[in-house]
Amino acid sequence: MSGLAQASVAPAAAEVTAGGDDQRPTRRSWTAYLLLLPGALWLGVFFVLPLVQLATVSLQSRFPGFPGYYYRDVNFQNYVSALTDYGPHFLRSFVYAGLATFLAFVVAYPLAYAMAFKAGKWRNLMMICVVAPFFTSFILRTFAWSQILADEGWVAGILNFLHLLPSGHIINTPLAVVAGLTYNFLPFMVLPIYASLERADPRVIEAGGDLYADGFTTFRTVTLPMSMPGVLAGTLLTFIPAAGDFVNMELLGPQRGKMVGNVINDQFLAIPGGYPVAAALSFTLMAAILVMVFLYVRRFGTEELV
Amino acid sequence: MTPIPRRSRRRLSPEAAAVVAASGGLSRRSLLGAGTALGAGVALSACAPPEPPSGGLATLDLPKDVSAEDKILKWANWTAYLDMNGKETKSPTLSRFMEETGIQVTYSEDVDDNDSYYAKVAPQLRAGQSIDRDIFTLTDWMAARVIRDQLCQPLELIQMPNVVNNLLQPLKDVSFDPGRQHSITWQSGFAGIGYNKEKVGRELKTLDDLWADDLKGKIVVLSEFRDTAGLVMQSQGVDIDSDWGRTEFENALDFIEQKIEEGYIRKVKGNSYMEDLTSGNAVAGITWSGDIFVLAYDTEDPNWTFTIPESGGTLWSDNLMVPITSTHRRNAETLMNYYYEPSVAAEVAAWVNYVCPVDGAQAEMEKIDPDLAESPFIFPTADYIQENNIQAFRVLDADEDIEFADLWSTKVMGN
Repeated sequence: MSGLAQASVAPAAAEVTAGGDDQRPTRRSWTAYLLLLPGALWLGVFFVLPLVQLATVSLQSRFPGFPGYYYRDVNFQNYVSALTDYGPHFLRSFVYAGLATFLAFVVAYPLAYAMAFKAGKWRNLMMICVVAPFFTSFILRTFAWSQILADEGWVAGILNFLHLLPSGHIINTPLAVVAGLTYNFLPFMVLPIYASLERADPRVIEAGGDLYADGFTTFRTVTLPMSMPGVLAGTLLTFIPAAGDFVNMELLGPQRGKMVGNVINDQFLAIPGGYPVAAALSFTLMAAILVMVFLYVRRFGTEELV
Repeated sequence: MTPIPRRSRRRLSPEAAAVVAASGGLSRRSLLGAGTALGAGVALSACAPPEPPSGGLATLDLPKDVSAEDKILKWANWTAYLDMNGKETKSPTLSRFMEETGIQVTYSEDVDDNDSYYAKVAPQLRAGQSIDRDIFTLTDWMAARVIRDQLCQPLELIQMPNVVNNLLQPLKDVSFDPGRQHSITWQSGFAGIGYNKEKVGRELKTLDDLWADDLKGKIVVLSEFRDTAGLVMQSQGVDIDSDWGRTEFENALDFIEQKIEEGYIRKVKGNSYMEDLTSGNAVAGITWSGDIFVLAYDTEDPNWTFTIPESGGTLWSDNLMVPITSTHRRNAETLMNYYYEPSVAAEVAAWVNYVCPVDGAQAEMEKIDPDLAESPFIFPTADYIQENNIQAFRVLDADEDIEFADLWSTKVMGN
């Protein structure tokens, strides 16, 4: 924790020192530490401690003969089984989450663009429409989709009438899962992109036209780069929870081809003493996402996030 | 389509005998056998790794009962498991109980599946935390685990004269809870085939009738493996209450796995399978008996039919228990006592259509609906159970419990 605090304080301290005052830097840095304290405490109690707990659980072993009990151990077998038995589940999670992120981006960018530049007096209304679903529970909304997409619902009815459904149904297919993920995480994509577009200076975009760039070129070389921090934040905010999600698969998905979130859920809930494997799976998922995010941010990262 | 092996008439299993009202001279030997097998499993494993979990030895530290001052009760039950007033979500029997006793009951349909409910509450109960429920309702095998792990409170039978007097004689002593010190039967029931006769367009008589091309992707089965695998094992000629092993279980799971992969079985679900039947995603499946009658009533569609497949069905009971951390045990006992009044029990049975564990309820049912008093799904006779080869899934030992749950999770649940 202190490493993190140090890192964020250092530039401020350096700046002040450059100003030439000898007394102020120490006081300044103390204030900074003090201000960081609530956040650090919060992270410590609600993030680091549970993480340590999870890490110890992930190394425990089942207690033979006592379903639901496990004992302290250093059992790396849990990680081996997490990686060997559930490889396809990890892969599916990343593919579905990736698709959902892409689709959400495709839907969200024009929406955010319209909100930022074209909406005028409708802007607030649009904003409410984007945020309104949050007033209902995530599970309820997904459950509502399971009703809308049901075999005897109108969506499946129309698509079947047009012979667009090879299997005869939408619900309980991977398509429904990706659609559900896209829907559920869309606001997380729209809001950051909107925020960065909204801050963009329209005069800079106008300047693109003044310099004889056509609309598309202006967009590609001016607008899009300016919104990159928002796109980056949006994709992360969509991909990370989507990769770990299990609700959409549970309510909208097929019986075969589950995601890693479902395996974790099942190990926690349905298997007596499955906690260690579930914890190992959670850790592996976290590590995999961390690596992917790291590579992604290094490739596309900008100075600031939003 | 595999032919169903003819079987000779066999003696009822203790679990089956226990829920049959007409119980004349049944042997207790096999019951004792099941009990000792379970005991041996625990004794063997106790000498395996480090210190055994504390359960079973420590003296119980019960929380102070505040029932007298705090007249509330929170009850976790399964879907479609209590009489409900028309389209409203009020239970006439429960409302009357609240009026009579002044105890405010919060009734919630929390339990979708034994495993997930247990996994949710067990860690909290072990840590001595409240789960905000004063009664939970769990199936025999799970009740056995809860009692063994000491996660429920002993009940004071002296507070429940109706239970003592009216609990069907064979149910007064069950293998997992001798003398009913910790649990009281709520309802018993069968698993079999539930389907909509109109939508299917014909009668379904055997389990293999489910695997027809026109029903492909329209079948839903229970996530409770004792029921789904039990029914499949029966159709493969296994007596599920006798001494079968892992091979027979795996054979059944392979069969189910194949039916899922070929697209016949659409979903494997807990009690929420009723939603798939209502929404039309499924038209048939392996279901619980009473649910289908409730579904017919709720959807006003008399085409919903429940039938025991020719190869046989399964039998189970669900039990009311008081979580170890509840502070309203006395209120819970008042409620249990109330539901063991024959007239009240008959009223519930008339709605839920499950096997009623209360002596005298059949006579009361005559007054409500003489047809229901004859229903084998509420008051089955020993003959009915035997003729339809209805069996209870045998008691698994602790290691099998985990092993089979693992197999079920990977092969059938797709995890």
